[in-house]
Amino acid sequence: MTLLEQLAQYLASGLVVGGIYALIGLGFVIVFSVTRIINFAQGEFVMPGALLMVTLGDRRLATPIAFLLAVGVVAGVGALLERAIHPVRGAPPLAILILTIGASIAIRGGALILWGTDPFALAPFSPGPPVWLGGAMIVRQGLWLLGIAALAFALLWVFFTRTYAGTAVRACAINPRGARLMGIRVDRASLLAWTLSGALGATAGAVIAPITYATYDMGLMLGLKGFVAAVLGGLVSPLGAIAGGFLLGVLESLAAGLVSSAYKDAVAFVVLIVLCLVQVAGWIPWRVAEEA
Amino acid sequence: MSVSARRRFRMLVAVAIAMAALSSAVTSRYVLSTLIFIALNAMAALGLSLVMGFAGQVSLGQAAFYAVGAYVSGVLTASFGWNGWAALVLAVGAGALLALAIGLPIFRLSGLLLAMATLGFGIIVYYVLVNWSGITGGPSGLTGIPPLALGRFRFDTDQRMLWLAWSLLLLLLGLAGNLVDSRVGRALRAVHGSEVAAEAAGIDTLRLKLGVFTAAGATTALAGSLYAHYLTFINPSPFGFAYSVELVVMVVLGGVASIWGTVLGAAAVVLFVEALRTGLPLLTASHGAPEYEIVAFGLILMGFVVFLPGGLASLRKTP
Repeated sequence: MTLLEQLAQYLASGLVVGGIYALIGLGFVIVFSVTRIINFAQGEFVMPGALLMVTLGDRRLATPIAFLLAVGVVAGVGALLERAIHPVRGAPPLAILILTIGASIAIRGGALILWGTDPFALAPFSPGPPVWLGGAMIVRQGLWLLGIAALAFALLWVFFTRTYAGTAVRACAINPRGARLMGIRVDRASLLAWTLSGALGATAGAVIAPITYATYDMGLMLGLKGFVAAVLGGLVSPLGAIAGGFLLGVLESLAAGLVSSAYKDAVAFVVLIVLCLVQVAGWIPWRVAEEA
Repeated sequence: MSVSARRRFRMLVAVAIAMAALSSAVTSRYVLSTLIFIALNAMAALGLSLVMGFAGQVSLGQAAFYAVGAYVSGVLTASFGWNGWAALVLAVGAGALLALAIGLPIFRLSGLLLAMATLGFGIIVYYVLVNWSGITGGPSGLTGIPPLALGRFRFDTDQRMLWLAWSLLLLLLGLAGNLVDSRVGRALRAVHGSEVAAEAAGIDTLRLKLGVFTAAGATTALAGSLYAHYLTFINPSPFGFAYSVELVVMVVLGGVASIWGTVLGAAAVVLFVEALRTGLPLLTASHGAPEYEIVAFGLILMGFVVFLPGGLASLRKTP
C-alpha cells in the first residue's frame, strides 16, 4: 500500500469511529446547553444501548425493532436520571458533576449485575464483505453507523429548528429566564434534553456493538471521548460537537496508524489538555466550557 | 495554643495512642493491613479534600499522583538501587512539580477546567505506565521493591508499617490543621466564600489555589510511595481512573474541606469495600463478579451529594 492509500484507509476508519464520538458528544452538548450540567454518565447511555441490542437480538427480534426498543429504554433511563438530579439542580457545579459521576458508577454496576463481565458479540445489521469506497475499505456496519448517525443528526436538526417543542428547548438553552417569561416550561425542556441525550447515547451503542464488543464497562472510555469531542466543538454547539467527533476519530486513527496503536486511546486526552492550555492562552476564538 | 489547636492536638494524641495500642494488641495481618490502607488512602485524599473544599475545584486524575509516587519510588529503588528515603523525597517532589505544572496554566481560568485537565492527565499517565514497559514493567508491573529502612530497622512487617503510615498521616493531619487555622487558612476560606471578595481584600487567590493543589500532589505522591514500599510490588491497575473516582468518593463521604473527614471517608470506603467483598458472596450465594460494590458506591455518592452535602464530618459538628 502506498502512503496515500494508507491515509485514505485511516481517514475512512477514523470517520466511522468519529461518527460514534459525534453522537455521544452531541448528547453532552444538548444536556449542557439546556441545564449547564456536564453529564458524566453520558457514556453509560451508550453501554446499555449496545447490551440491549445484544439481548434483544438474542430474542430473535428484528434489528429495527430491537434498535427502537433499546433506544427507547435508554431514553427512559436518561429521563429518570434527570428526575433524580432535578431536586438539587441549584447546587454548585462541582456537586452536580460528582452526582453524575455517582450515577455513572451506579448504572455501570447495574449493567454488571444484569449482564456480567463477558463481552458480547453482535452480528452486523446486514451481512456481506467490506465495501470499497474511494480506495478505502469500510466494513458494512461502518456504513450503517454513518447512515444512522446522519439520520439522527437530520432528525435533531428538524426537531430543533422546525418544531415548536424543539424551538422551546433552544430558547431555554439561550436564556432560561427569558424562556420562562415567554411561558415555556424550563423543567420540561430539561427533561426533554436528558431524554434526547439518552436516546443519542443508546443509538451510538446500538450501532457500534457489531464493530467492537459490548461489555458493561465500555461506556466510560466512549463517554470520555464523546466529551472531548464536545469540548473540541465548544461544548454548546451541536455542529461543533459533530465536527469535533469526526476530527477526534480521524486524529485517533492517524495516530494509531502512523505513530503507535498503543497510545491510540491517549490521543483524546492529549487533545483535551492541549485544548485547556490553548484556551488559557486565549488562542481560540470560542470558549471551552467557560460557564461549566 | 488556640482552643482549636489544643483540641486538634488532643485528638492527634488520642489517635496515636489508639494506633499504638492496636498495633501491639492486634496480630491479625488482615486487620493491620486494612488499617494501613486506611492511612494511605486518607493521605492520598487529604490534599484533594483541601482542593475541593477551598479551591472549589476537583481533580479527576488524583490517582496519577499516587501512581507517580509509587512508580518513582519503585523504579528508583528496585531498578536503580537508590536509597528508599531519597527516592521517597524525589517521588514527593515529582508529585508536587507535576501538580504545579498542571495547575499553573489551568487555575487562571474559573470553572471545571481543572477537572477536565486532570482527567486527561490521569488517563495519559495510566497509558504511559502500561506502555512504557522498559521502565515501568508494563502491565505486569515491578517487583522486588525493598521496604523502607532506618539503618538496620526495616519497616517490613505490618506492625512497623502501621506505625510509619499512621505517624506520617497524623503529622500531615496536624500540619493541615495548622494550615487551615493560620492566616493562609483564613485566606483559603475567604476564597471559598467569594473569590472576588477575597481578591478585593488583597488575597492572591491564584497563588493560594496553586499552593493547595501542589501540596495535594505532594501528599498523594507520598502515599503512593509508601504504598509501593509496603506492597513491594506495583502494577498499573490500581492507578486507573476508578481510583481517582474512589478518592473523590472518600472526600465527599468524609466532608469536603474537613481534615478529619478525610480519615473518616477513607475508613468508610476501605471498610465498605472489604465488607462487601466478604459479605456479598454470603448474601447472594454467588461467586460471580466481586465488583458489585460499584453499584453501591455510585448510589452512596449520589445520596451524599443530595442528602448530606457536608459529609460524615458534618454529623457531629457543634453549632
